[in-house]
Amino acid sequence: MARFVFRRLVSMVLVLFAVSVITFLIFNVIPNGDPAERMAGKIPTETNIAQIRKEWGFDDNVFVQYATMMRKVFSGDLKSYFTQLDVGEEIARGIPATLSLSIGAAVMWMLFALVLGLYSAVKAGKFADRLLTVLALVGISMPVFWIGALMNHYLGFKLEWFPNGGYVGLSEDPLGWFEHLILPWTALSILFIGFYSRVLRSNVLDTINEDYVRTARAKGLSERRVMVKHVLRNSLIPIVTLWGLDFGFVVGGGAILTETVFDLQGVGQYAAESVKQLDQPPVVAVTLFGAFFIVLLNALVDVAYAALDPRIRLEA
Amino acid sequence: MAEPLLDVRDLMVSFRTEEGVVRAVEGVSFALEPGEVLAIVGESGSGKSVAVGTLMGLTRSPNARFEGEARLRAARREHGGLELVGASEGKLRRVRGKDIAMIFQDPMTSLNPVQRVGDQIVEQIQAHEQVGDAEGRARAVDLLDRVGIPRAAERARSYPHEFSGGMRQRAMIAMAFSCEPRVLIADEPTTALDVTIQAQILRQIEELRERDTGVILVTHDLGVVADVADRILVMYAGRIVEQGTPDELFYDPQHPYTWGLLGSIARVDRARPKRLAAIEGLPPSLSDRPAGCHFRPRCPHAFGKCVETPALEHRAGLTPGHLDRCLLAGESKRRLREVNGEVGLGAP
Repeated sequence: MARFVFRRLVSMVLVLFAVSVITFLIFNVIPNGDPAERMAGKIPTETNIAQIRKEWGFDDNVFVQYATMMRKVFSGDLKSYFTQLDVGEEIARGIPATLSLSIGAAVMWMLFALVLGLYSAVKAGKFADRLLTVLALVGISMPVFWIGALMNHYLGFKLEWFPNGGYVGLSEDPLGWFEHLILPWTALSILFIGFYSRVLRSNVLDTINEDYVRTARAKGLSERRVMVKHVLRNSLIPIVTLWGLDFGFVVGGGAILTETVFDLQGVGQYAAESVKQLDQPPVVAVTLFGAFFIVLLNALVDVAYAALDPRIRLEA
Repeated sequence: MAEPLLDVRDLMVSFRTEEGVVRAVEGVSFALEPGEVLAIVGESGSGKSVAVGTLMGLTRSPNARFEGEARLRAARREHGGLELVGASEGKLRRVRGKDIAMIFQDPMTSLNPVQRVGDQIVEQIQAHEQVGDAEGRARAVDLLDRVGIPRAAERARSYPHEFSGGMRQRAMIAMAFSCEPRVLIADEPTTALDVTIQAQILRQIEELRERDTGVILVTHDLGVVADVADRILVMYAGRIVEQGTPDELFYDPQHPYTWGLLGSIARVDRARPKRLAAIEGLPPSLSDRPAGCHFRPRCPHAFGKCVETPALEHRAGLTPGHLDRCLLAGESKRRLREVNGEVGLGAP
């Protein structure tokens, strides 16, 4: 197991390295023109451009340029030439909102998907199952920027049941934190609930016909134990994998729309604003930040998968 | 004779399907005595697995219909035994795995892949007895040891994928025996295993006889049961067509289907036939069986009377307990089953 984890960590570092190289190529090498000029902002002065060129090593070869960029990333020396703000600080400021949104939504979509998926499987073919199938399809088909905007408008602005966007820190005001996040959580979760409950339903229906479930019944176990210990336990393995991957995706950029619609001031919103202004240093940093989370969650998922399914360990 | 452990009378099982009603089992009756190995032999689709699965309540579904009786007299907690057909799920659950246990055809898929083998045995013990984890684990190790799993204490902590097929089937037997059931149903326990392992598993099952356990051994291979079984029921298309001891069935088979089964066994102790005899044709579709004798369309010796359903009965000149469902006269049977000096289905 320890070896497995170690090997997974090594490959994670390799993937991150590759991501950083590709990011570097995309932003600094592939586009035409002077990278220093692009970075300098809307009304660049000659001195600014010259200074940036010197700072980022744009007169040197690409290897030096890459090394310089990575040194800046790791030492927290990235600065936006548009806002004059420190990129590291801006990202750190956005992290609580982004994590609050992602973790809360992940818990929410998993809980709802578990209940609805299991219920749907137990009632397979009946009216309740068909209704849930339709609802899941509707949920999957509603884009978050649309349902989010509707929620904001009707539940937040018109009915005033919920705050109309914004983020409040958990430590400052726990109730306010919850109130501000409930709509974003819901908006972000709907797609995943629809998707996960369908996957779980079909997994459960597949597993129920497995020979070992028949064995479990033949052993005289209660129906509840058969369902939880044998059916659900095995049906959940692929779902947990999916969960980790999607959580990584949401933290690493998948929540950009939700954050923007609900004005949560998270990392995603910061990324969206930086992209809008073509502000390169923050975009590079946020890209690497997102990649880091996705790769990290991928590795965690693999480790969790091995813990959940003993057959994986030998093959690894 | 002691009271039978299990008394099955006129068991009928049918399923509603899109192609109509499938009559999987059409009136099967037998009694299982303590210490007896009763073999049920038949090809795929003969209803043998459905019949024994029904005893365990494993064939229940909204589309299934059951008739007849199956009284488990060996149910320890039920006074006078438990009627398995129509028993409540709760009552059935309490006898399953405790008084009547089952092992299945494919040991590769019959164990939960993500649960340790020992834990799967402990789980069964704890479903029926107030036993702590430590004691349960000790019993599981002991059970694995008794079915011949080396280093049982260590292997109890293994997962099923770390076991070979034969070891998994042994683990299944250990599990089936964890609560010392009086009745064991083995549904094709050796079909998925190597021939060498088959013999070991059969020996394991045979040993149970000494503990007065009744065993129902379901198989499609008449050769497998020759040594092990005390009695054999031959099933065809949902009915028992012949029953008797192995001697009776092997040396004086009465039903043409049995002749066909015997003729299709490859034997190394005889001259090699030009080609292995096969029974021509296919078993009838489950939802559309011929009236009268179900074997009629494939039987080269069928005659006018075969359109009536023959009863499973004892016929003149046979040893008591040897029953069959063929209307041919005893004399004709002896003549017709001779094919080149061997038993075989023959030609008309």
